[in-house]
Amino acid sequence: MRPFDYEVATDAPSAVAVVVGRADAAFLGGGTNLIDHMKLGIADPALLVDVTRLPTGEITDRPDGGLRIGATVRNSDLAADRRVRERYPVLSQALLAGASGQIRNMATTAGNLHQRTRCVYFQDVTTPCNKREPGSGCSALGGYTRYHAILGASEHCIATHPSDMAVGLAVLDASVIVAGVDGERSVPFEDLHRLPGDRPDLDTTLAHGELVTAVDLPAPGRPVRSAYRKVRDRASYAFALVSVAVVLSVDDATVTDVRIALGGVAHKPWRAHRAEAVLRGAPATVVSYERAADAELEPAAPQDGNGFKVPMTRATLVATLRDLTTEDR
Amino acid sequence: MHADIEIEVDGEVRSTTVDTRTTLLDALRDRLGVTAPKKGCDHGQCGACTVLLHGRRVLSCLTLAVAHDGAVVTTAAGVAVGDALHPVQEAFVDHDGFQCGFCTPGQICSAIAMLEEAAAGHPSHVTDDLVAPVTLDDDEIRERMSGNLCRCGAYVNILAAVRSAAGT
Repeated sequence: MRPFDYEVATDAPSAVAVVVGRADAAFLGGGTNLIDHMKLGIADPALLVDVTRLPTGEITDRPDGGLRIGATVRNSDLAADRRVRERYPVLSQALLAGASGQIRNMATTAGNLHQRTRCVYFQDVTTPCNKREPGSGCSALGGYTRYHAILGASEHCIATHPSDMAVGLAVLDASVIVAGVDGERSVPFEDLHRLPGDRPDLDTTLAHGELVTAVDLPAPGRPVRSAYRKVRDRASYAFALVSVAVVLSVDDATVTDVRIALGGVAHKPWRAHRAEAVLRGAPATVVSYERAADAELEPAAPQDGNGFKVPMTRATLVATLRDLTTEDR
Repeated sequence: MHADIEIEVDGEVRSTTVDTRTTLLDALRDRLGVTAPKKGCDHGQCGACTVLLHGRRVLSCLTLAVAHDGAVVTTAAGVAVGDALHPVQEAFVDHDGFQCGFCTPGQICSAIAMLEEAAAGHPSHVTDDLVAPVTLDDDEIRERMSGNLCRCGAYVNILAAVRSAAGT
Protein backbone atom coordinates (compact mmCIF):
# COMPACT_ATOMS: atom_id res chain seq x y z
CA MET A 1 0.00 0.00 0.00
CA ARG A 2 1.27 3.45 -0.88
CA PRO A 3 2.08 5.58 2.19
CA PHE A 4 -0.57 8.19 2.90
CA ASP A 5 -1.42 10.97 5.29
CA TYR A 6 -4.55 10.81 7.38
CA GLU A 7 -6.60 13.60 8.84
CA VAL A 8 -9.96 13.84 10.56
CA ALA A 9 -12.44 16.28 9.03
CA THR A 10 -14.15 18.55 11.54
CA ASP A 11 -16.58 20.27 9.17
CA ALA A 12 -17.80 19.59 5.66
CA PRO A 13 -16.62 22.82 3.95
CA SER A 14 -13.02 22.39 5.09
CA ALA A 15 -13.09 18.69 4.19
CA VAL A 16 -14.26 19.65 0.71
CA ALA A 17 -11.60 22.38 0.43
CA VAL A 18 -8.83 19.95 1.34
CA VAL A 19 -9.87 17.24 -1.12
CA VAL A 20 -10.67 19.69 -3.94
CA GLY A 21 -7.19 21.10 -3.54
CA ARG A 22 -5.46 17.75 -3.94
CA ALA A 23 -6.09 15.36 -6.81
CA ASP A 24 -4.54 12.55 -4.79
CA ALA A 25 -6.81 12.98 -1.76
CA ALA A 26 -9.91 10.94 -0.97
CA PHE A 27 -12.68 10.94 1.60
CA LEU A 28 -12.73 8.00 4.00
CA GLY A 29 -16.08 6.73 5.29
CA GLY A 30 -16.58 3.26 6.69
CA GLY A 31 -13.71 2.12 4.49
CA THR A 32 -15.08 -1.32 3.70
CA ASN A 33 -14.55 -0.81 -0.03
CA LEU A 34 -11.79 1.81 -0.13
CA ILE A 35 -9.43 0.13 2.35
CA ASP A 36 -9.86 -3.15 0.49
CA HIS A 37 -9.07 -1.43 -2.81
CA MET A 38 -6.01 0.21 -1.28
CA LYS A 39 -4.79 -3.22 -0.21
CA LEU A 40 -5.40 -4.58 -3.69
CA GLY A 41 -3.50 -1.70 -5.29
CA ILE A 42 -6.59 -0.41 -7.09
CA ALA A 43 -6.79 2.83 -5.11
CA ASP A 44 -3.74 4.76 -3.93
CA PRO A 45 -4.72 8.06 -2.32
CA ALA A 46 -1.87 10.04 -0.73
CA LEU A 47 -4.23 11.68 1.74
CA LEU A 48 -7.30 10.26 3.45
CA VAL A 49 -9.76 12.74 4.91
CA ASP A 50 -11.85 10.83 7.46
CA VAL A 51 -15.40 12.19 7.32
CA THR A 52 -16.95 9.75 9.80
CA ARG A 53 -16.78 12.25 12.66
CA LEU A 54 -18.70 14.96 10.82
CA PRO A 55 -22.09 15.74 12.38
CA THR A 56 -23.88 13.77 9.67
CA GLY A 57 -24.66 10.63 11.65
CA GLU A 58 -28.34 11.24 12.30
CA ILE A 59 -31.63 10.41 10.59
CA THR A 60 -33.96 13.37 10.99
CA ASP A 61 -37.60 14.06 10.14
CA ARG A 62 -38.19 16.57 7.37
CA PRO A 63 -41.02 19.14 7.44
CA ASP A 64 -42.67 17.46 4.43
CA GLY A 65 -42.99 14.16 6.27
CA GLY A 66 -39.91 12.67 4.69
CA LEU A 67 -36.55 11.78 6.19
CA ARG A 68 -33.04 13.16 5.90
CA ILE A 69 -30.47 10.39 6.18
CA GLY A 70 -27.08 11.69 7.26
CA ALA A 71 -24.16 10.64 5.08
CA THR A 72 -22.38 8.82 7.88
CA VAL A 73 -25.37 6.90 9.21
CA ARG A 74 -24.21 3.29 9.24
CA ASN A 75 -26.09 0.87 7.00
CA SER A 76 -27.19 -1.27 9.96
CA ASP A 77 -28.59 1.74 11.81
CA LEU A 78 -30.45 2.88 8.70
CA ALA A 79 -31.96 -0.55 8.15
CA ALA A 80 -33.01 -0.79 11.80
CA ASP A 81 -34.44 2.73 12.10
CA ARG A 82 -38.09 2.40 13.09
CA ARG A 83 -39.22 5.16 10.71
CA VAL A 84 -37.43 3.50 7.79
CA ARG A 85 -38.84 0.08 8.63
CA GLU A 86 -42.37 1.44 8.85
CA ARG A 87 -42.41 4.04 6.09
CA TYR A 88 -39.72 2.87 3.64
CA PRO A 89 -39.58 -0.91 4.17
CA VAL A 90 -38.09 -1.42 0.70
CA LEU A 91 -35.00 0.46 1.87
CA SER A 92 -34.62 -1.66 5.01
CA GLN A 93 -35.08 -4.80 2.94
CA ALA A 94 -32.52 -3.71 0.37
CA LEU A 95 -29.96 -2.83 3.04
CA LEU A 96 -30.47 -6.12 4.87
CA ALA A 97 -29.99 -8.06 1.63
CA GLY A 98 -26.50 -6.62 1.27
CA ALA A 99 -23.13 -7.56 2.78
CA SER A 100 -22.89 -8.97 6.33
CA GLY A 101 -23.78 -7.76 9.80
CA GLN A 102 -20.22 -6.63 10.41
CA ILE A 103 -19.94 -4.72 7.15
CA ARG A 104 -23.33 -3.06 7.57
CA ASN A 105 -22.13 -1.85 10.99
CA MET A 106 -19.18 -0.12 9.31
CA ALA A 107 -20.49 1.01 5.92
CA THR A 108 -22.01 4.48 5.68
CA THR A 109 -24.84 5.81 3.55
CA ALA A 110 -22.55 7.91 1.38
CA GLY A 111 -19.87 5.24 1.30
CA ASN A 112 -22.36 2.66 0.07
CA LEU A 113 -23.26 5.01 -2.79
CA HIS A 114 -19.58 5.53 -3.56
CA GLN A 115 -18.50 1.91 -3.57
CA ARG A 116 -16.99 1.22 -6.93
CA THR A 117 -18.88 -0.30 -9.80
CA ARG A 118 -16.66 -3.31 -10.30
CA CYS A 119 -15.93 -6.80 -11.59
CA VAL A 120 -13.33 -9.48 -10.96
CA TYR A 121 -11.00 -7.99 -13.57
CA PHE A 122 -11.20 -4.51 -12.02
CA GLN A 123 -10.16 -6.12 -8.72
CA ASP A 124 -7.18 -7.92 -10.31
CA VAL A 125 -4.36 -5.48 -11.07
CA THR A 126 -2.62 -8.02 -13.30
CA THR A 127 -5.34 -7.74 -15.94
CA PRO A 128 -6.21 -4.84 -18.27
CA CYS A 129 -9.26 -2.84 -17.19
CA ASN A 130 -10.56 0.41 -18.63
CA LYS A 131 -12.11 1.37 -15.32
CA ARG A 132 -8.85 0.96 -13.41
CA GLU A 133 -6.50 2.06 -16.20
CA PRO A 134 -8.36 3.96 -18.91
CA GLY A 135 -7.42 2.77 -22.37
CA SER A 136 -5.89 -0.53 -21.23
CA GLY A 137 -8.82 -2.60 -22.52
CA CYS A 138 -11.66 -4.62 -21.01
CA SER A 139 -10.70 -8.10 -19.86
CA ALA A 140 -14.30 -9.02 -19.15
CA LEU A 141 -15.32 -8.84 -22.82
CA GLY A 142 -14.84 -12.41 -23.97
CA GLY A 143 -13.91 -13.43 -20.42
CA TYR A 144 -15.80 -14.64 -17.36
CA THR A 145 -19.02 -12.65 -17.42
CA ARG A 146 -21.47 -14.34 -15.05
CA TYR A 147 -21.83 -11.23 -12.91
CA HIS A 148 -21.71 -8.60 -15.64
CA ALA A 149 -24.14 -6.12 -17.14
CA ILE A 150 -26.92 -6.82 -19.60
CA LEU A 151 -28.23 -3.25 -19.84
CA GLY A 152 -26.51 0.06 -20.57
CA ALA A 153 -22.99 -1.34 -20.93
CA SER A 154 -20.42 -0.10 -23.44
CA GLU A 155 -17.57 -1.58 -25.40
CA HIS A 156 -15.31 -0.14 -22.68
CA CYS A 157 -16.87 -1.63 -19.57
CA ILE A 158 -19.52 -4.20 -18.62
CA ALA A 159 -19.15 -4.11 -14.83
CA THR A 160 -22.15 -3.85 -12.49
CA HIS A 161 -22.89 -1.64 -9.50
CA PRO A 162 -23.12 -4.00 -6.52
CA SER A 163 -25.16 -1.95 -4.04
CA ASP A 164 -28.51 -3.23 -2.81
CA MET A 165 -29.22 -0.06 -0.84
CA ALA A 166 -28.93 2.03 -3.98
CA VAL A 167 -31.55 -0.07 -5.77
CA GLY A 168 -33.93 0.59 -2.89
CA LEU A 169 -33.22 4.32 -2.95
CA ALA A 170 -33.81 4.38 -6.71
CA VAL A 171 -37.53 3.68 -6.22
CA LEU A 172 -37.99 6.21 -3.42
CA ASP A 173 -37.42 9.40 -5.44
CA ALA A 174 -34.48 10.18 -3.18
CA SER A 175 -32.27 13.24 -3.55
CA VAL A 176 -28.58 13.31 -2.75
CA ILE A 177 -27.31 16.40 -0.93
CA VAL A 178 -23.81 17.28 -2.07
CA ALA A 179 -21.41 19.85 -0.61
CA GLY A 180 -18.96 21.47 -3.01
CA VAL A 181 -16.72 24.52 -3.09
CA ASP A 182 -19.70 26.64 -4.17
CA GLY A 183 -22.00 25.37 -1.44
CA GLU A 184 -24.67 22.72 -1.41
CA ARG A 185 -26.69 21.22 -4.23
CA SER A 186 -29.32 18.52 -4.52
CA VAL A 187 -28.87 15.74 -7.07
CA PRO A 188 -31.82 13.55 -8.10
CA PHE A 189 -30.86 10.00 -7.15
CA GLU A 190 -31.07 8.75 -10.70
CA ASP A 191 -28.48 11.33 -11.78
CA LEU A 192 -25.87 10.35 -9.17
CA HIS A 193 -24.51 7.23 -10.85
CA ARG A 194 -23.57 7.04 -14.51
CA LEU A 195 -23.32 4.51 -17.29
CA PRO A 196 -19.80 3.61 -18.47
CA GLY A 197 -19.84 5.05 -21.99
CA ASP A 198 -16.25 5.92 -22.88
CA ARG A 199 -15.38 6.97 -19.32
CA PRO A 200 -15.81 3.82 -17.23
CA ASP A 201 -13.29 5.23 -14.76
CA LEU A 202 -16.09 7.49 -13.51
CA ASP A 203 -18.83 5.85 -11.47
CA THR A 204 -20.70 8.98 -10.39
CA THR A 205 -21.44 12.41 -11.80
CA LEU A 206 -19.85 14.17 -8.81
CA ALA A 207 -16.69 16.22 -9.24
CA HIS A 208 -13.53 15.35 -7.31
CA GLY A 209 -13.92 16.76 -3.81
CA GLU A 210 -17.69 17.01 -3.82
CA LEU A 211 -18.95 15.45 -0.61
CA VAL A 212 -22.29 13.72 -0.10
CA THR A 213 -23.66 14.99 3.21
CA ALA A 214 -27.15 13.46 3.22
CA VAL A 215 -29.82 11.60 1.29
CA ASP A 216 -33.34 13.03 1.42
CA LEU A 217 -36.42 10.85 1.13
CA PRO A 218 -39.72 12.54 0.28
CA ALA A 219 -42.79 11.58 2.29
CA PRO A 220 -43.93 8.10 1.30
CA GLY A 221 -47.34 9.44 0.40
CA ARG A 222 -50.44 7.30 0.41
CA PRO A 223 -50.03 3.68 1.38
CA VAL A 224 -48.11 1.88 -1.31
CA ARG A 225 -46.93 -1.66 -1.57
CA SER A 226 -43.26 -2.35 -1.97
CA ALA A 227 -40.79 -5.20 -2.14
CA TYR A 228 -37.11 -5.90 -2.64
CA ARG A 229 -36.22 -9.26 -4.11
CA LYS A 230 -32.67 -10.47 -4.65
CA VAL A 231 -31.43 -13.50 -6.55
CA ARG A 232 -27.88 -14.65 -5.88
CA ASP A 233 -25.58 -17.65 -6.04
CA ARG A 234 -25.88 -18.39 -2.32
CA ALA A 235 -28.49 -17.57 0.29
CA SER A 236 -26.56 -14.81 2.03
CA TYR A 237 -23.53 -12.55 1.80
CA ALA A 238 -23.29 -12.54 -2.00
CA PHE A 239 -23.78 -9.88 -4.63
CA ALA A 240 -26.96 -9.96 -6.64
CA LEU A 241 -27.12 -11.75 -9.93
CA VAL A 242 -30.37 -9.81 -10.29
CA SER A 243 -32.35 -7.77 -7.82
CA VAL A 244 -35.66 -5.94 -8.13
CA ALA A 245 -37.09 -3.08 -6.08
CA VAL A 246 -40.72 -2.10 -6.62
CA VAL A 247 -43.08 0.46 -5.12
CA LEU A 248 -46.60 0.14 -6.42
CA SER A 249 -50.10 1.55 -6.06
CA VAL A 250 -53.11 -0.38 -7.34
CA ASP A 251 -56.69 0.90 -7.50
CA ASP A 252 -59.57 -1.19 -8.83
CA ALA A 253 -57.13 -3.80 -10.13
CA THR A 254 -55.32 -1.14 -12.17
CA VAL A 255 -51.73 -0.06 -11.63
CA THR A 256 -51.95 3.64 -10.85
CA ASP A 257 -48.38 4.34 -9.87
CA VAL A 258 -45.22 2.29 -10.01
CA ARG A 259 -41.49 2.69 -9.68
CA ILE A 260 -39.10 -0.15 -10.46
CA ALA A 261 -35.34 -0.45 -10.17
CA LEU A 262 -33.04 -3.33 -11.03
CA GLY A 263 -29.72 -4.31 -9.47
CA GLY A 264 -26.96 -6.54 -10.79
CA VAL A 265 -27.75 -5.76 -14.40
CA ALA A 266 -26.00 -2.46 -15.15
CA HIS A 267 -23.17 -0.06 -14.32
CA LYS A 268 -25.62 1.84 -12.12
CA PRO A 269 -28.82 1.11 -10.21
CA TRP A 270 -31.15 0.67 -13.18
CA ARG A 271 -34.42 2.53 -13.09
CA ALA A 272 -36.82 0.52 -15.25
CA HIS A 273 -38.63 3.39 -16.97
CA ARG A 274 -39.78 1.27 -19.90
CA ALA A 275 -41.47 -1.25 -17.63
CA GLU A 276 -43.03 1.52 -15.56
CA ALA A 277 -44.49 3.14 -18.68
CA VAL A 278 -46.12 -0.12 -19.73
CA LEU A 279 -47.55 -0.71 -16.28
CA ARG A 280 -48.95 2.73 -15.53
CA GLY A 281 -52.68 2.47 -16.13
CA ALA A 282 -52.47 -1.21 -17.05
CA PRO A 283 -54.48 -3.99 -15.40
CA ALA A 284 -52.67 -5.54 -12.45
CA THR A 285 -52.23 -8.88 -14.16
CA VAL A 286 -49.35 -11.22 -14.93
CA VAL A 287 -49.86 -10.47 -18.62
CA SER A 288 -49.14 -6.80 -17.92
CA TYR A 289 -46.12 -7.68 -15.83
CA GLU A 290 -44.69 -9.88 -18.57
CA ARG A 291 -45.22 -7.14 -21.14
CA ALA A 292 -43.52 -4.66 -18.83
CA ALA A 293 -40.54 -6.94 -18.24
CA ASP A 294 -40.21 -7.65 -21.94
CA ALA A 295 -40.27 -3.93 -22.73
CA GLU A 296 -37.53 -3.26 -20.20
CA LEU A 297 -35.38 -6.11 -21.43
CA GLU A 298 -35.87 -5.45 -25.13
CA PRO A 299 -32.50 -3.63 -25.38
CA ALA A 300 -30.71 -6.21 -23.19
CA ALA A 301 -27.34 -7.25 -24.61
CA PRO A 302 -25.96 -10.13 -22.55
CA GLN A 303 -22.46 -11.56 -22.80
CA ASP A 304 -21.58 -15.23 -23.41
CA GLY A 305 -21.59 -15.97 -19.68
CA ASN A 306 -24.67 -14.13 -18.48
CA GLY A 307 -27.44 -14.76 -20.97
CA PHE A 308 -29.36 -16.33 -18.09
CA LYS A 309 -29.78 -12.89 -16.56
CA VAL A 310 -32.35 -11.89 -19.17
CA PRO A 311 -34.93 -14.57 -18.30
CA MET A 312 -33.89 -14.31 -14.63
CA THR A 313 -34.62 -10.59 -14.57
CA ARG A 314 -37.90 -11.14 -16.37
CA ALA A 315 -38.98 -13.88 -13.97
CA THR A 316 -37.89 -11.98 -10.87
CA LEU A 317 -39.66 -8.80 -11.90
CA VAL A 318 -42.87 -10.63 -12.86
CA ALA A 319 -42.85 -12.65 -9.63
CA THR A 320 -42.24 -9.57 -7.49
CA LEU A 321 -45.13 -7.69 -9.12
CA ARG A 322 -47.37 -10.75 -8.97
CA ASP A 323 -46.70 -11.30 -5.26
CA LEU A 324 -47.49 -7.64 -4.53
CA THR A 325 -50.88 -7.85 -6.25
CA THR A 326 -52.13 -11.32 -5.38
CA GLU A 327 -55.15 -9.88 -3.60
CA ASP A 328 -56.19 -7.83 -6.64
CA ARG A 329 -56.94 -10.83 -8.80
CA MET B 1 3.00 8.99 8.09
CA HIS B 2 2.95 7.61 11.60
CA ALA B 3 0.49 8.33 14.35
CA ASP B 4 0.31 7.75 18.08
CA ILE B 5 -2.91 6.06 19.10
CA GLU B 6 -4.46 4.96 22.35
CA ILE B 7 -7.01 2.14 22.31
CA GLU B 8 -8.76 0.39 25.17
CA VAL B 9 -8.41 -3.30 24.36
CA ASP B 10 -10.20 -5.85 26.49
CA GLY B 11 -10.38 -3.43 29.39
CA GLU B 12 -6.79 -2.21 29.24
CA VAL B 13 -5.73 1.12 27.74
CA ARG B 14 -2.90 0.54 25.30
CA SER B 15 -0.73 3.04 23.44
CA THR B 16 1.26 2.46 20.32
CA THR B 17 2.62 4.16 17.24
CA VAL B 18 1.31 2.95 13.91
CA ASP B 19 2.03 3.54 10.26
CA THR B 20 -1.17 5.04 8.85
CA ARG B 21 -1.44 1.99 6.60
CA THR B 22 -1.84 -0.37 9.57
CA THR B 23 -5.25 -1.97 9.90
CA LEU B 24 -6.87 -2.28 13.29
CA LEU B 25 -6.33 -6.04 12.98
CA ASP B 26 -2.59 -5.70 12.40
CA ALA B 27 -2.28 -3.14 15.20
CA LEU B 28 -4.01 -5.51 17.60
CA ARG B 29 -2.02 -8.56 16.59
CA ASP B 30 1.41 -7.22 15.66
CA ARG B 31 1.73 -4.05 17.73
CA LEU B 32 -0.23 -4.96 20.83
CA GLY B 33 0.11 -8.75 20.89
CA VAL B 34 -3.63 -9.33 21.03
CA THR B 35 -3.94 -12.41 18.84
CA ALA B 36 -7.54 -13.42 19.46
CA PRO B 37 -8.79 -11.78 16.23
CA LYS B 38 -7.43 -13.81 13.31
CA LYS B 39 -6.26 -12.82 9.87
CA GLY B 40 -8.11 -15.10 7.48
CA CYS B 41 -8.76 -13.47 4.13
CA ASP B 42 -7.76 -9.89 5.11
CA HIS B 43 -10.43 -8.65 2.65
CA GLY B 44 -13.62 -8.66 4.69
CA GLN B 45 -14.93 -11.92 3.34
CA CYS B 46 -14.37 -14.42 6.15
CA GLY B 47 -15.13 -12.68 9.45
CA ALA B 48 -12.21 -14.24 11.37
CA CYS B 49 -11.03 -10.75 12.38
CA THR B 50 -14.37 -9.74 13.90
CA VAL B 51 -14.06 -7.65 17.07
CA LEU B 52 -16.47 -5.50 19.04
CA LEU B 53 -15.83 -1.79 18.48
CA HIS B 54 -17.71 0.19 21.09
CA GLY B 55 -19.81 -2.96 21.45
CA ARG B 56 -20.64 -3.36 17.76
CA ARG B 57 -19.26 -6.16 15.61
CA VAL B 58 -16.92 -4.95 12.89
CA LEU B 59 -14.21 -6.36 10.66
CA SER B 60 -10.87 -5.21 12.04
CA CYS B 61 -9.13 -6.01 8.73
CA LEU B 62 -11.11 -3.37 6.81
CA THR B 63 -10.52 -0.41 9.06
CA LEU B 64 -7.42 1.63 9.83
CA ALA B 65 -5.95 1.69 13.32
CA VAL B 66 -5.26 5.42 12.99
CA ALA B 67 -9.00 6.03 12.66
CA HIS B 68 -9.64 4.48 16.07
CA ASP B 69 -7.64 6.60 18.48
CA GLY B 70 -9.63 6.55 21.71
CA ALA B 71 -11.74 3.57 20.71
CA VAL B 72 -12.91 0.75 22.95
CA VAL B 73 -12.23 -2.66 21.42
CA THR B 74 -13.30 -6.00 22.81
CA THR B 75 -11.92 -9.21 21.35
CA ALA B 76 -12.94 -12.78 22.08
CA ALA B 77 -10.10 -12.80 24.65
CA GLY B 78 -11.86 -10.10 26.63
CA VAL B 79 -15.43 -11.31 26.90
CA ALA B 80 -14.94 -13.71 29.81
CA VAL B 81 -15.28 -12.33 33.33
CA GLY B 82 -12.31 -13.68 35.24
CA ASP B 83 -12.47 -17.47 34.95
CA ALA B 84 -16.13 -17.41 33.98
CA LEU B 85 -16.56 -17.86 30.26
CA HIS B 86 -19.05 -15.69 28.46
CA PRO B 87 -22.32 -17.62 27.93
CA VAL B 88 -21.65 -17.67 24.18
CA GLN B 89 -18.19 -19.15 24.77
CA GLU B 90 -19.73 -21.67 27.14
CA ALA B 91 -22.25 -22.62 24.48
CA PHE B 92 -19.53 -23.14 21.87
CA VAL B 93 -17.75 -25.50 24.28
CA ASP B 94 -20.94 -27.32 25.21
CA HIS B 95 -21.96 -27.83 21.59
CA ASP B 96 -18.50 -28.40 20.15
CA GLY B 97 -18.97 -25.36 17.90
CA PHE B 98 -15.59 -25.59 16.24
CA GLN B 99 -13.03 -27.93 14.82
CA CYS B 100 -9.68 -26.19 14.29
CA GLY B 101 -10.78 -23.08 16.17
CA PHE B 102 -9.32 -20.47 13.81
CA CYS B 103 -12.66 -18.83 13.03
CA THR B 104 -13.93 -19.19 16.60
CA PRO B 105 -12.87 -15.83 18.09
CA GLY B 106 -14.63 -14.09 15.22
CA GLN B 107 -17.67 -16.33 15.56
CA ILE B 108 -17.84 -15.60 19.31
CA CYS B 109 -17.66 -11.82 18.86
CA SER B 110 -20.12 -11.92 16.01
CA ALA B 111 -22.59 -14.09 17.94
CA ILE B 112 -22.44 -11.89 21.05
CA ALA B 113 -23.22 -8.76 19.05
CA MET B 114 -25.80 -10.53 16.89
CA LEU B 115 -27.77 -11.61 19.97
CA GLU B 116 -27.85 -7.99 21.14
CA GLU B 117 -28.98 -6.79 17.70
CA ALA B 118 -31.82 -9.31 17.73
CA ALA B 119 -32.77 -8.41 21.28
CA ALA B 120 -32.98 -4.78 20.18
CA GLY B 121 -35.47 -5.86 17.53
CA HIS B 122 -33.30 -5.34 14.48
CA PRO B 123 -34.71 -7.32 11.55
CA SER B 124 -32.61 -9.38 9.14
CA HIS B 125 -32.93 -10.36 5.49
CA VAL B 126 -35.07 -13.37 6.46
CA THR B 127 -37.36 -11.52 8.88
CA ASP B 128 -40.90 -11.48 7.47
CA ASP B 129 -42.29 -8.67 9.62
CA LEU B 130 -39.80 -5.81 9.80
CA VAL B 131 -41.39 -4.27 12.90
CA ALA B 132 -42.24 -7.37 14.97
CA PRO B 133 -40.02 -8.71 17.76
CA VAL B 134 -37.34 -11.05 16.42
CA THR B 135 -37.51 -14.80 17.00
CA LEU B 136 -34.10 -16.33 16.46
CA ASP B 137 -34.97 -19.51 14.61
CA ASP B 138 -32.35 -21.42 12.63
CA ASP B 139 -32.87 -19.39 9.46
CA GLU B 140 -32.44 -16.15 11.38
CA ILE B 141 -29.24 -17.36 13.06
CA ARG B 142 -27.76 -18.61 9.78
CA GLU B 143 -28.53 -15.33 8.03
CA ARG B 144 -27.22 -13.17 10.85
CA MET B 145 -24.01 -15.20 11.13
CA SER B 146 -23.37 -15.36 7.37
CA GLY B 147 -20.41 -12.98 7.65
CA ASN B 148 -18.42 -15.61 9.55
CA LEU B 149 -17.08 -18.50 7.53
CA CYS B 150 -15.87 -21.80 9.00
CA ARG B 151 -13.57 -23.68 6.67
CA CYS B 152 -13.86 -26.83 8.78
CA GLY B 153 -17.59 -26.74 8.17
CA ALA B 154 -18.58 -26.81 11.83
CA TYR B 155 -21.71 -24.86 11.01
CA VAL B 156 -24.13 -27.42 12.41
CA ASN B 157 -22.61 -27.16 15.86
CA ILE B 158 -22.03 -23.41 15.60
CA LEU B 159 -25.73 -23.07 14.88
CA ALA B 160 -26.56 -25.26 17.87
CA ALA B 161 -24.25 -23.23 20.10
CA VAL B 162 -25.72 -19.91 19.05
CA ARG B 163 -29.24 -21.26 19.32
CA SER B 164 -28.45 -22.43 22.85
CA ALA B 165 -26.94 -19.07 23.79
CA ALA B 166 -29.98 -17.35 22.37
CA GLY B 167 -32.22 -19.50 24.53
CA THR B 168 -34.45 -20.46 21.61
